[in-house]
Amino acid sequence: MSTGVRPHPRVVLAKPGLDGHDRGVKVVGMALRDAGAEVVYLGLQQTAAQIARAAAAEDADVIGLSVLSGVHVDVARQVLAACAGEDLGDVPLVVGGTIPPADVTRLRELGVRDVFPVGTPLDDLVARIFAIAAEEVSDEQ
Amino acid sequence: MSSEPRAVVTDSGIPLDPIYDAASVAEDLEGRLGRPGEPPFTRGPYRTMYRERLWSMRQYAGYGSADDTNARFRYLLDQGQTALSVAFDLPTQLGYDSDDELVLSEVGRVGVAIDSVEDMEAVFAGLPIDQLSVNFTINGTAPIILAFYLVAAERQGADMAQVAGTLQNDILKEFLARKTFIFPPDHSIRLVADVVEYCSEHLPRFNGISITGYHAREAGCDAIQEIGLTMASAIAYTEAFLARGLDFDAFAPRLSFHFSSQLDLFEEASKVRAARRMWSSLALERFGAKKETSARLRFFSGCSGATLTAQQPLNNVVRSTLQCLAAVLGGAQSIHVMGYDEALEIPTEESVRLALRTQQIIAHESGVAKVIDPLAGSYFVEHLTDEIEARAWELVRRVEEGGGLVELLAQGVPQRWVAESAYRYEQEVRSGERVKVGVNKYVDDDGVVPPLFEVDAASAARQRERLAARLADRDGDVVAAALATLRTALVEGTNSMPHIMQAGRVGATLGEIADTMREVFGVYREPQPW
Repeated sequence: MSTGVRPHPRVVLAKPGLDGHDRGVKVVGMALRDAGAEVVYLGLQQTAAQIARAAAAEDADVIGLSVLSGVHVDVARQVLAACAGEDLGDVPLVVGGTIPPADVTRLRELGVRDVFPVGTPLDDLVARIFAIAAEEVSDEQ
Repeated sequence: MSSEPRAVVTDSGIPLDPIYDAASVAEDLEGRLGRPGEPPFTRGPYRTMYRERLWSMRQYAGYGSADDTNARFRYLLDQGQTALSVAFDLPTQLGYDSDDELVLSEVGRVGVAIDSVEDMEAVFAGLPIDQLSVNFTINGTAPIILAFYLVAAERQGADMAQVAGTLQNDILKEFLARKTFIFPPDHSIRLVADVVEYCSEHLPRFNGISITGYHAREAGCDAIQEIGLTMASAIAYTEAFLARGLDFDAFAPRLSFHFSSQLDLFEEASKVRAARRMWSSLALERFGAKKETSARLRFFSGCSGATLTAQQPLNNVVRSTLQCLAAVLGGAQSIHVMGYDEALEIPTEESVRLALRTQQIIAHESGVAKVIDPLAGSYFVEHLTDEIEARAWELVRRVEEGGGLVELLAQGVPQRWVAESAYRYEQEVRSGERVKVGVNKYVDDDGVVPPLFEVDAASAARQRERLAARLADRDGDVVAAALATLRTALVEGTNSMPHIMQAGRVGATLGEIADTMREVFGVYREPQPW
């Protein structure tokens, strides 16, 4: 019954842009870690290029961005472009933060795999990230 | 079948008895309370408190360009707001101009964009600076923003002795929680001291720093940690200012504080009573204050955004009302109430008006402002005040044993305390142990979203045009000379404020001044959280 799924998915988390609100990303990181993921948190003020390079270097299964300053659409677009440039176009990108409902649709249309607005239950978020990581790894087999 | 009943605790985990009585209250209650306006200031910093003057109703506002923000300020003042509080966009907070490639999409997004003195003049166009009290939520670039404001005041012909307000200028809590630091800690603290020294010499009605527990609380710590870490910060700053040669009684009376107001009503009101007593003790006993006003803690209370929910957003009106009530019962000098839509977007005009009306109803209809410190003497509240104080002192001791707050911040230790506390909170919500109405109980997801604010996308472009026009209309040699003089002051350690003001006068931008500082001081990257 080998599914090829890593027991410990590697999740690269980052805060792009200038926003310093890192309560959410740290809580998410701790919850993912407790659930068995390997979490690499890149920290604040990460550029799209830095995030893509780190995701390649860390062999990420999922990239997660946390944005509470309202610029989620722009930074998601930049990170998707940078990932395509690093030949990481198939590593799923997820975004969380202060995201109005209308922008959830906009982000998905851009190619963001999943969106976690403020208020997403933590268990739900962890399960969805694990499911995305599992899909991704089995696709690679 | 029966199980141990779960312990009943406050929001920060203090165990609670079912009822309190005279035996719950420490001896010498009168001594521990004093009179309002007298040490230990437990009952309030002023003799008359709200009988003479209500708290300042100070809604945090700012977005888009200087003109957009000027329009919202005029609106708020027309609606009966009594003081202003400026929100700056992130490029301004981190020392980038609006035309910087790094920051294009962030211009005017979470606050107003300020590139030059002219922008500051436009924010306050038609608003006489020497008749206002203005709070500036600015830290990494605080000296630059204050300098621009003072030059704008000069150009209005303001009397500097009448310029009133508060500069947040608390860089330690940026390293701890809010994260808009730019330079390494030692250089950052030196800039804080430049401002405090300048204010104590030139601006008798202006608070050059607001020592802040609010952001650590919002980032996840509890009320006890909030008070303990704020006192540890106050100690760290005081020691830095004394080391610089400043006289305690010259700066201490203008130290201001900033706390969060959350939902556990009695704990929140008790917390600030404990904080006043702690600062009084530090000022008088540890730092040898000669003036009573040096020992008097005054604070701005910010209602909590972290406790608001995206689910059923109208419920946040009720949460904010309780938080504002707690701040009033605790004797706040100024208060901000959150908009109910702030878990979703920056607030609409309608939501901001409702937040202001919340303050006005508590002030004028509820009756709670009629008597000073109305909770005093309650067995429960006095017990809780003592308990919070004892636990916060314990935290102060832990920080000091660890080498002081600056040292611990460099190691990332208090940052971890805050993050762990935030995680604990989420686990309590997840397990249902902590009830959040509409989130893990009484869930009713009707999907209704209130009308949300939209930032005018064109305002960032207008801001860039304004900046381009300013850059074209100045003498580059004069600007370069002013920046060179500033650089010398930064290197030599003389007070940078007059030189930042001069650079602003001749047209240097915020980004250019910040770049000069970056060249001299370098930039800081924080330690990894795990």
